[in-house]
Amino acid sequence: MIQRYRTHLAFSFMALLLIIVGIGQSWSVSIGIFNLCIISAIMAMGVNLQWGYAGLFNAGVMGFTALGGLVAVLISHQPIYEAWSVGGTGILISLLIVIVASFFIFYVSKNIKSVFKKRFFIVFVILLAVIGLGNFYGPSIDLIEDVNPAKTGFLGGLGMPIVFSWIAAAFAAALLAWIIGKVTLGLRSDYLAIATLGISEIVIAILKHEDWLSRGVKNVTGLPRPVPYEIRLQDSEWFINIIEWLNSSKLSAIETVSGKQDLLNKLVIEGSSIYVKLCYAGLFISVLVILFFLSQLALNSPWGRMLRAIRDNEVAASAMGKNIVGQHLQVFILGSAIIGIAGAMLTTLDGQFTPGTYQPLRFTFIIWVMVIVGGSGNNLGSIFGGFFIWFMWIEAEPISIAFIGLVTSGLDYGDPIRMHLIASAPHMRLFIMGAILLITLRFMPRGVIPEKVVRPR
Amino acid sequence: MENYDLLNAIILLANFVIVPALSYGSQLALAALGITLVYAVLRFSNFAHGDLMAFGTMIAILITWLFQSWGLTAGVLPTALIALPFAMALTAGFCLLTDRIVYKFYREQKSQPVVFMIVSVGVMFIMNAIVRFIIGPKDRTFFDGEKFIIKAVEFKSYTGLPEGLSIKSTQVLTIVIALITMMMLFYFLQKTKMGKSMRAYSNNEDLALLSGINPDRVVMITWIIVGMLATIAGVLYGLDKSFKPFTYFQLLLPMFAAAIVGGIGNPLGAVAGGYIIAFSEVMLTYAYKKFFMYLLPTNLEPDGLMQFLSTDYKFAISFIILVIVLIIRPTGIFRGKTL
Repeated sequence: MIQRYRTHLAFSFMALLLIIVGIGQSWSVSIGIFNLCIISAIMAMGVNLQWGYAGLFNAGVMGFTALGGLVAVLISHQPIYEAWSVGGTGILISLLIVIVASFFIFYVSKNIKSVFKKRFFIVFVILLAVIGLGNFYGPSIDLIEDVNPAKTGFLGGLGMPIVFSWIAAAFAAALLAWIIGKVTLGLRSDYLAIATLGISEIVIAILKHEDWLSRGVKNVTGLPRPVPYEIRLQDSEWFINIIEWLNSSKLSAIETVSGKQDLLNKLVIEGSSIYVKLCYAGLFISVLVILFFLSQLALNSPWGRMLRAIRDNEVAASAMGKNIVGQHLQVFILGSAIIGIAGAMLTTLDGQFTPGTYQPLRFTFIIWVMVIVGGSGNNLGSIFGGFFIWFMWIEAEPISIAFIGLVTSGLDYGDPIRMHLIASAPHMRLFIMGAILLITLRFMPRGVIPEKVVRPR
Repeated sequence: MENYDLLNAIILLANFVIVPALSYGSQLALAALGITLVYAVLRFSNFAHGDLMAFGTMIAILITWLFQSWGLTAGVLPTALIALPFAMALTAGFCLLTDRIVYKFYREQKSQPVVFMIVSVGVMFIMNAIVRFIIGPKDRTFFDGEKFIIKAVEFKSYTGLPEGLSIKSTQVLTIVIALITMMMLFYFLQKTKMGKSMRAYSNNEDLALLSGINPDRVVMITWIIVGMLATIAGVLYGLDKSFKPFTYFQLLLPMFAAAIVGGIGNPLGAVAGGYIIAFSEVMLTYAYKKFFMYLLPTNLEPDGLMQFLSTDYKFAISFIILVIVLIIRPTGIFRGKTL
């Protein structure tokens, strides 16, 4: 019984948790958590594609997320023509040098047989490229960063609607995944983990320090939104009417006109924030649903069957004529693209891009906990994992503060031990995450909603 | 003075490249040895190693504070050195406890290495939380005692050269302690019975079992050594720079790069890898402008800083070396996989 309705139970439980927060804290908080839950669920689905379908350990989720965020900036921000006119050509020439050099290296390593000659040519080309970049890249970034540094100081973006960036982010992440995959797939499985860990640190380092690209740690704020702004809603007639109509019973209970107006103003402000969040929720849910159906389709297709066969027995699959490295590369690229979409969505939701906030524990390893807890190999499981773990991550802090308050209630208020414990309470969330992961791995290794083994009839 | 230009250039290089890289390399080598031992004996990549180092260092700092409050110091040497053996013992104990509670179950199940790796991520979370909970996420320095062995000013007045050489006592301490530790470790692995049985176990588990080697004992000894190595590496790094839990977590990448470049599972490779990574990191991020100013005639002096990469990208260097080695020689320089 419980086995059969596991999925329903899990999701009902999750809905109950969100409703409790909605009633207990506020609906605005609850929907805010819900939106981030959806983004987490999409990231978890991306990791699940790599780990659950194919058994690849990607420790660089953070890098793909941040890359998605960067794409959101590059697509949606208004172009800064002044910066383009002073340094645009230099940057474009540098880009051209990099592309030409990479093609040359690619060509040389494919077509020249002699190892010594090959290495000589590659080193030579790299040296040439470095000298060329020194002449074009350095001076032009200085010029770009000098253009109104307090406000812009970067090239800006394309000025397109930010929703387009979700698609572009998928392609950018896929390209990065292709490069990493080409180098590390086919070697031992741990090397992929280390390589992805490394590339994610490098992506963050680049985003933090290349100011001409996205202002680095100075952050890009005020990205255009795909949904209305609260201020506009509060001024618009139809929205106030809707709020008035929804709360008509509450409003009619108040006698005075001024009291009525005050309450209405308060309700409109609260309502506008909820309305904006609901708009985001609608957009995110549609992305989640599309990706879920595509992943399900892939999972149940011959392609998905082949991936599981490779995962479960590489040698046998190889003997059946399947190209293991090629398939791994495919699934690694697809999974990373999904993570890139989630990264762009996250930046869209925040309305700003802050490279300093990308932390591996929060953006890589938490996603892993989601996939493992939800049930690797099962998309519904990943979605549940994304919801539940994100919820815990947010609510762990109030829970642990309450818990520590209870434990230390015997001590004086100013007691140093009590003070220290209360100050350290936020770190308990890491402990809770680790404990959840270890307990799941030990007692429920297949996760809350395990992978379904479909047998042909 | 221009006759001494070459000498000045060498001193400059020693001051900013050779000595710092040697000490950083020693710290990396010790850390990579821990990773490589876990890989060789327990057969998984331990993501919790950076946080294990942070844990060991935290214990050492707490004991140091205790000793300082008692008024116990080591004179010119840092007090942390007296605390080190106690911290090593406690951290080794903590490793054994972790193994007992967490890893043992999966070993008995004969789980795949990748499962171990995920388990180590869970352990990483918990250790991270413990360290931040007890000592906080802030930057801390716990160095006391004499700071310099050779001060730049003294060196200048002594030799009369314009370029000063300063050597921090922590740098010399790091190199000396690391050398002693490595020598003891290699003696243990090569000459003692326990070390030989560890190598046998790492080479072939079943054959070792048949030859009467107790696997539980091998695993136990491995964890003890790993805990001790992690503590030494962590304390030396903390003394030389400073202690911050997140920095220790970030060391994971250079540490793994060192272990893989040398050939993961091979202790000699870990040591070599540590120095390779450290030297490339320091050499490629150092600005050579002054160095060339000494060596080249005035009209050829360079305009820029002569820096290959800005220090912001030091992680990129370990990564690039890692990728190059993986492409050219996937098993690492010293053909890894066994002790």
